[in-house]
Amino acid sequence: MTHYSAFSVFRHALRGNKTWGRAWRDPEPKASYDVVIVGGGGHGLATAYYLAKEHGITNVAVIEKGWLGGGNTGRNTTIVRSNYMMPGNTMFYERSMKLWENLSQDLNYNVMISQRGQYNLCHSPGQMDAARRRGNVMRANGIDAELFDRAEVRRRLPYLDYTENARFPIHGAIYQSRAGTARHDAVAWGFARGADRRGVDILQQREVTGYLWEGGRIVGVQTNRGDIRAGKVGLCVAGHSGHLARMAGLRLPIETHSLQAFVTEPYKPLVDTVISFGAAHFYISQSDKGGLVLGGDLDMYNSYAQRGGLPIVEHTLASAKALMPSVSRLKLLRHWAGVMDMSMDGSPFIAKTPVDGLYLNGGWCYGGFKATPASGWCFAHTIARDAPHADNAEFTLNRFERGYQIDEKGMGPKPNAH
Amino acid sequence: MQQFPCPFCGLRDEREFHFAGEAGKPRPDTTQPISDADWAKYLFYCANAKGASHEVWVHTTCQEYFVMTRDTVTMAVLGTHALHEVPA
Ligand SMILES: Cc1cc2nc3c(=O)[nH]c(=O)nc-3n(C[C@H](O)[C@H](O)[C@H](O)COP(=O)(O)OP(=O)(O)OC[C@H]3O[C@@H](n4cnc5c(N)ncnc54)[C@H](O)[C@@H]3O)c2cc1C
Ligand SMILES: [Zn+2]
Repeated sequence: MTHYSAFSVFRHALRGNKTWGRAWRDPEPKASYDVVIVGGGGHGLATAYYLAKEHGITNVAVIEKGWLGGGNTGRNTTIVRSNYMMPGNTMFYERSMKLWENLSQDLNYNVMISQRGQYNLCHSPGQMDAARRRGNVMRANGIDAELFDRAEVRRRLPYLDYTENARFPIHGAIYQSRAGTARHDAVAWGFARGADRRGVDILQQREVTGYLWEGGRIVGVQTNRGDIRAGKVGLCVAGHSGHLARMAGLRLPIETHSLQAFVTEPYKPLVDTVISFGAAHFYISQSDKGGLVLGGDLDMYNSYAQRGGLPIVEHTLASAKALMPSVSRLKLLRHWAGVMDMSMDGSPFIAKTPVDGLYLNGGWCYGGFKATPASGWCFAHTIARDAPHADNAEFTLNRFERGYQIDEKGMGPKPNAH
Repeated sequence: MQQFPCPFCGLRDEREFHFAGEAGKPRPDTTQPISDADWAKYLFYCANAKGASHEVWVHTTCQEYFVMTRDTVTMAVLGTHALHEVPA
């Protein structure tokens, strides 16, 4: 398989770009694998990649019911950051940030990581205090964070609403300069290519419909195109975690909700960073093609539909207008939704399940894209060693009965509140 | 907008409604000791059905809570009834 480089671009260009090979194979499945990963999004593919790279486990298949990255990986607004303050989260997300910073080189695939910085705006003295506390926790852990007052935010982001009419006056912001965005499809494709090169079989258009059992242990999966045996089965199915867990007789502390995203018509360069509104669930960035990328809130009730309701369209656009009045004349080009695995404390799971042979990676809520590299890295560790790494040790399923929720927002057991 | 049927007021705009939680999940009897596992089951674990889902909703304009059965894939409403009624 071709190693990508400036030289290979040049060489293939001379041949009219007709000589590029496929980036990964489309193999016939074997009867049995050491590990089967269900879900070919970023997390599943990263898990397979790190199983092979870090643990030498290459007899692995990734089974995807649709196409690679067709789930939330290809539907998200691509924000990458590591501004978490709860023990259990902080160092996990910082591991992810460090992996992002070298990911294109590691994968030999350009994931277009762009550390354009991220502002979390504060609209009250209380929010400024909370931001200061978060920033202090981050800095105490060696993560970059800066606190800006209103004047500094205004100097840096002059296009927001600073008038007396502003619905939510801006008091300041907390800023992470290493945060930014990455190209979502490229992340799935880069991990797929990297895993495939190390011998992992990627099986698309194949839906897992149940499990193979032997004496109370899961020993493989049933699919709509035949059974496949496995030493261990790892779930990376995002909004379908609850559904696949139920097939194994498990209930999870997860509700499935739909989350929408929006892109406007292309516009000249305007927003050269990522901005999160502090007064409502809303954030904005600008894609390389010029479209403003907007994200909003959940539909607020359970949904497995990959499309959202109209009230949130209205709410998101009202938030955009409140924050940045100049967007009001832009037209929306596209909007879509993904189905999210909202956990009861807003934090994820990377753990063995109570069922022998079954491992869970899920509960990523709004924020699992940024987690992709560390999620795969830690899940691979957990599957290979049958024990968590220190960075995912708190992401257990039984933390709720032990009273160890990791609730960054302090919202309590309401998944749609996180 | 989608319209939801309130058993008391009839079809109304979805913005008048609020999702309250899973139906058929009684609060454990707190006058007796409850195990951590049972309490966690009540507070945190859910059916999260794909397809027909039984839910408690509130119609914020009349303030009545009621049970609505919805298909979580198609968003079709399959039925509603007042909280005290047992569905047929
Ligand atoms: C609109 C939106 C905006 C978001 N914005 C951000 C953001 O800015 N920053 C951020 O960090 N996160 C964001 N997220 C969250 C992020 O996208 C997800 O947490 C992350 O991509 C999850 O990756 P994954 O690989 O676990 O899931 P997915 O990419 O969804 O992959 C799961 C895969 O499992 C497959 N699958 C499901 N069931 C089966 C089955 N039975 N058999 C076989 N395959 C199956 C699905 O087809 C899917 O491809 C956003 C999400 C959405 C929807
Ligand atoms: Zn009513």
